[in-house]
Amino acid sequence: MSWSDRIPKQIEEVLVQHYGVTHRRGFLKSAGLLAVSFSAFGSAAIREAAAQSGSAAQRPGPYHDPDFRQIDSWIVIHENNTATFYVGKTDPGQGTGTCFRQLMSDELDIAFDKTSCIMGSTDITVDQIGSGGSSAIERDSWPMRRVAAEARRVLLEMGSKHLGVPIDQLAVSDALITVKADASKRVTYGELIAGKKFNVTLTGNNINRVTGQAKTKSIPELKYTGQSLQRDDIPPKVDGSLKWAVDVKLPGMVHARNVKPPFACAKLTGVDESSVKTLPGFIKVVSKGNYVAVVCEREEQAIRAARQLKTTWEKPTTSPFPASENLFNYMRGATPTPGFRPVVLGNPDAAFSGAAKIIEAEYEIPFQGHTAFAGAHALADPSNGQMTVYTNDMKSYSMRRGIATFLDMPHDCVRVIWMMGPQGFGRSAAEDAAFEAAWIARQIGRPVRVQWMRDEETAWDTKSPAFLVKMRGALDRDGSLVAYDFHARSCDYNHIGYNEPDTVLIAQLMGSRRARAAAGSAAMPSDMYAIPNRKMVGEVVGLPTVWETPLRTGNLRDPNGPQPTFAAESFIDEMAAAAKADPLDFRMKMIKAGTNDDGGFRRARSIAVLKAAADTYGWDSRPSPRPTGKGKILTGRGIAYSFRGETVVAQIAEVEVNRETGHVWAKRLVCAHDCGLVVNPESLRHTIECGTLHGLSRAIHEEVRFDTEKVTSRDWFSHPTLRHADIPERIDIVLVNGDPNPNRPDLPPYGAGEASLKPMLAAIGNAVYDATGVRIRRVPFRDDRVLAALKAAGA
Amino acid sequence: VSKIELKVNGHSHTLDVEPSTPLLYILRNDLDLRGPRFGCGLGQCGACKVIINGTAVFSCITPVSSVKGEITTLEGLSSNGRLDPVQQAWIDEQAPQCGFCQNGQIMTAKALLDKNPHPTDAQIRESMNGTLCRCMSYFRVHSAIKRAIKTMAEASPAGGKEVVA
Repeated sequence: MSWSDRIPKQIEEVLVQHYGVTHRRGFLKSAGLLAVSFSAFGSAAIREAAAQSGSAAQRPGPYHDPDFRQIDSWIVIHENNTATFYVGKTDPGQGTGTCFRQLMSDELDIAFDKTSCIMGSTDITVDQIGSGGSSAIERDSWPMRRVAAEARRVLLEMGSKHLGVPIDQLAVSDALITVKADASKRVTYGELIAGKKFNVTLTGNNINRVTGQAKTKSIPELKYTGQSLQRDDIPPKVDGSLKWAVDVKLPGMVHARNVKPPFACAKLTGVDESSVKTLPGFIKVVSKGNYVAVVCEREEQAIRAARQLKTTWEKPTTSPFPASENLFNYMRGATPTPGFRPVVLGNPDAAFSGAAKIIEAEYEIPFQGHTAFAGAHALADPSNGQMTVYTNDMKSYSMRRGIATFLDMPHDCVRVIWMMGPQGFGRSAAEDAAFEAAWIARQIGRPVRVQWMRDEETAWDTKSPAFLVKMRGALDRDGSLVAYDFHARSCDYNHIGYNEPDTVLIAQLMGSRRARAAAGSAAMPSDMYAIPNRKMVGEVVGLPTVWETPLRTGNLRDPNGPQPTFAAESFIDEMAAAAKADPLDFRMKMIKAGTNDDGGFRRARSIAVLKAAADTYGWDSRPSPRPTGKGKILTGRGIAYSFRGETVVAQIAEVEVNRETGHVWAKRLVCAHDCGLVVNPESLRHTIECGTLHGLSRAIHEEVRFDTEKVTSRDWFSHPTLRHADIPERIDIVLVNGDPNPNRPDLPPYGAGEASLKPMLAAIGNAVYDATGVRIRRVPFRDDRVLAALKAAGA
Repeated sequence: VSKIELKVNGHSHTLDVEPSTPLLYILRNDLDLRGPRFGCGLGQCGACKVIINGTAVFSCITPVSSVKGEITTLEGLSSNGRLDPVQQAWIDEQAPQCGFCQNGQIMTAKALLDKNPHPTDAQIRESMNGTLCRCMSYFRVHSAIKRAIKTMAEASPAGGKEVVA
């Protein structure tokens, strides 16, 4: 039984009965809406609802940028001796907000549970970009730490004056300064500064360099850092009390829903407003260029009206893209954009001609969607001639700049209030709904909430670029990989940037065009393998149509990492198999032989994570594939390794492949992960675990399908994701510190939000090969694809 | 348009509403509840789930007029400031990442455990399978369910042997 069959029949009957909708079973999933009608509560009945905070909602502009060179922009100490930290980050659900509190509490010397952290709202927090690039702890926690350390220094100075005792005779703990010789002489931070400002100017020519005079503490001095403290965002997420961006309601607020073009590059030729004019709650159809939306008093009314609005569209004269089944043929034949030159090491041509064995292979990775759990959404309030946007956009600061430019408003008339929302893995850095809400709000002069529907989001969100990777490897007589040719081609020419006012979808639909869409990129694999002769090139091809298309690319978690890594780490396995070597030994040998890297730092850590993964799994050395079993279920194990920045990851998957159905189940996963200093081990483990499973989802489920004019993946069936039934029996996350000097007091933290996704696709593919002896060079490993490959190979 | 009576989390409400209105929008926009959320509007993801007569249902595709019985939302699971053991297990296991789906995870698990306090792993997988999570917090959700089973059994006078119908 497919999941859609579980939609209760009586619900469809109600719809038929009330609206005469002659839908089939499946209507609900294909139409993406319940055709519904509502009594007009009318604006009088719109419930008054608070904004994120009453004072925030009332405060008129202008909204100046908080000055990052002032301690007061980062830290406020209250009378009751508690502290609030203001940071320019957004926490997409990985516990970074709690980590910031741990680090800053340590530097400030205040009890962790006496602190709170406010993130990502442009008028009250400094611009640290928001989130992205796994930079929260690695880069952006440093200014926070330095400012907190400086605040502590200033408070000690104040305490010294207050108590009449030199600083070196004072002790400080839990925001309480005491005289070492007489603990009855004491003063709290709150008593020293509450109600006043620090008024201390910091130095540093940009936010990442901002600093005071104080030094940050060494790692052994950190008290909360390194502890698995519970995340502060979890209780309100569990008891229903958290106010999400979707929960903000403002007096007079109305709802809008978009009417998307039925196919890419469609030209709007007519809007028949009379088709919705008599619907309850109808306010207005707003349209410019090819952008259309309907505004109604109530949410369900807007949903219904947007579905019912009659519009006519003209098709483009040529197909905007090939159908998904022809994508890779198209990419093979397309002309790459100029400027991508190969990186050559040694003499690959000579090495290939002298090789004992040459292996060639080509790998395919389709477009994969961000498919955020809920559609893009935002509320824009045009009150007071300003524009306040409530959003879960992960990069609220670029959104503010983007919206100001898009609406041609002064920068300080716009503010973006960040609130929590569904994780979008980069989708919410190229936000659309907020631009739309702001534009409509200005048109109608009322607060407007926009939310994308499921079909709209899945079809029109940004996509991770498709990759075609051709590789060639040469083995010498000893079975060593002596030459390697890596040729990646990504379909990434219209890569959308962060909240750019000229590339966000509403701008495109209104006619905005850039001379050059985007450079795009085709990343190289990250590895430490000592291969003496290499030629590597990554080039970019574009689809025939770049603008106003649902096949627009964007940064999906570890952008352009999983695709080349799937290809490269699968191909290394192919080379190991050709050399009849154990895949782990084969990798280790090449890593250990390396000489030309960063003083051995990354090499030592690569060796450590591979060893940790193998030890945890209980890896026995043997070549792949294992002798094929006779039964219905074939079992195999696969390993893959990669790094992202300085974070090193090795993963092992054990899979069961059902020979009769082609179903692949990852029964056991191991991830060994070294990201330097660990701030919150449990929170980190959880993030790594979820990233690993995201990699599994991309390995076995995720793929965007399209015909020659539109994306046909429109819901959770046509763009599936991992489900409970797919979950491994066991997952081991191993936190490794493979630093050649593991006890050094200044071990820095590296990023952890994305790296665990990277090698997973190859680990699964290598395990499938180990189990079946069949190499499948195309993700996702869906049942039908695997079954066909097994049959073709006679396995 | 007709008057509809709804009982939600112990409170009665009378609403003038078109009978086919999906329950979700009434709960969110008229009753100001935040637990049930819009994820797909298709009954595919579970973000909107509420418990009615012991079953976790998709409020996004449930016409308000079809509701027979009291509705419990995420907010209604706790009583007198005490979290339900399922919610407490979610905190103890630190189950959520972004947390947007967790309403569906918790409500589905709650309905499952109320009917079957000792589900097998296979029953957990099957019962939870229509409740999606894009952060992939599934493994922790399973751990949380197992923890809730344990704490509920310990709290039960029959030592967890009693089956609640």
